Amino acid sequence: MNVVYILWLRQLKRTFRSKSRVIGSLGQPLLFLFALGFGFGPIYAKANAGANYMDVIAPGVMAMGILFTAVFSGIEIIWDRQFGFLKETLVAPTSRMNIMIGRTLGGATIASIQGIIIFCFTFIAGFRPTSYMMLPVALLIVFLIAVLFTALGTAIASVLSDFQGFQLVMNFLVMPLFFLSGALFPLQNLPTVLAIIVRIDPLSYGVDGLRGALIPPAHLGLPLDLTVLGAITLLLLIIGSYLFSRIEA
Amino acid sequence: MSAIIEVENLTKKFKDFTAVNGITFSVEQSDIFAFLGPNGAGKTTTIKMLTTLLKPTSGTIKINGFDPMIDKDAVRKSFGIVFQDPSLDDELTAWENMEFHGVLYHVPKELRRKRIDELLEIVELNDRRNNLVKQFSGGMKRRLEIARGLLHHPKVLFLDEPTIGLDPQTRNHLWQYVIDLNKEEGITVFLTTHYMEEAEKVARKIAIIDHGNIVAQGSAEVLREQTKSDSLENAFLALTGKAIRDEDASGIDAMRQRHRMWTKR
Repeated sequence: MNVVYILWLRQLKRTFRSKSRVIGSLGQPLLFLFALGFGFGPIYAKANAGANYMDVIAPGVMAMGILFTAVFSGIEIIWDRQFGFLKETLVAPTSRMNIMIGRTLGGATIASIQGIIIFCFTFIAGFRPTSYMMLPVALLIVFLIAVLFTALGTAIASVLSDFQGFQLVMNFLVMPLFFLSGALFPLQNLPTVLAIIVRIDPLSYGVDGLRGALIPPAHLGLPLDLTVLGAITLLLLIIGSYLFSRIEA
Repeated sequence: MSAIIEVENLTKKFKDFTAVNGITFSVEQSDIFAFLGPNGAGKTTTIKMLTTLLKPTSGTIKINGFDPMIDKDAVRKSFGIVFQDPSLDDELTAWENMEFHGVLYHVPKELRRKRIDELLEIVELNDRRNNLVKQFSGGMKRRLEIARGLLHHPKVLFLDEPTIGLDPQTRNHLWQYVIDLNKEEGITVFLTTHYMEEAEKVARKIAIIDHGNIVAQGSAEVLREQTKSDSLENAFLALTGKAIRDEDASGIDAMRQRHRMWTKR
């Protein structure tokens, strides 16, 4: 338990000591929020009988911020490997499972905080949840998305030996996960092919779940969103632990 | 005296390349043992196998009576290690690095705090304890790593080229510290280095490895006599040849790189 805690604490200390990183990782989601939010707002309202595009994009950019921060904290293992610190943890008389759990919870906590900060910014942009009673559910979804993608990052980092593969992961995994999740568009009335792809992307269930909790109803349905997120999170944690346990320094 | 490290027929193959080829040696308790060899000879691979980081292809290892493949945690508790490359967290303070290590090794809180204070004092870093490690010089980092490696009171201390890149003052200081530690605490030291005079001065027993085979072992004196050389350096050159191993080593690196690429590790 102590081991999990100290690994969690380490992630938090590292992150909050480099303020530039915290602020830097807020930049992109906020740019999307304000540029697209206000840019597409008028057209969207005209095409949808006065509907508010902010309602679409606010949960979307929250999910985006969480996704990027989470994958990146998982991938940080590559840093630790390059700077040698990973070896220090690997020769310790501690189960790899504990190390993996501590790291993942640490990364997920940071990503969740990121999501909450972006949520605050959506207020400035004019977004208002329908009901504040559902905020705890939204928080649960925020945390699930965070754990899911930190575990994904850990799994990926466990099989990469250096940063050369990182660009590949960003362009062919993280970006598609984001763009195809419905973070920037509503899930109603999509062309069949896109509708199918969206349903394969785990982030879609996160975005949809956030919409379901903040501005119901959810398109796919909150129970389905929570089930899928929970199941994939569990699966990725298992895969991640397995791959992490196989690392040889 | 009894052996605290026993290695028999230890072999490690990476695909078709044999990094360590059936080596056998043992280290007595409270001894200082130097493991020497040119670049790419198999030193670091051997240390990785001894410290549970790599699975041997075949052969047996006993550290403090435990097998690194079976009783991993018992072995891990038995040794402390200073790696060839730095392995501190630069974004944490000296104290936090120590604390992190203590928790990972399950040292109870009170004892941990007390030992951290003592060790930081010994390696003369107590006044810098709350500074981030990234502000430290190479020598300070090394000292901190040694202090960290000792925090859980290991039976064996592995030092993999600990003096690389350090100035002569720091090197002297560091070895003196290791010798004292060995004398006072009876801790067994397993070291590798490229500085032959250091090995000659510090180690009581030496093994020389080349191309994955142990080509000679014994005290510095024995090795000098065996090769009719006047220094350990000349004995080393007589045993391993004068050809520069850079090419050899990079060939091995390339092979390891390829191996890693295909196995994605």
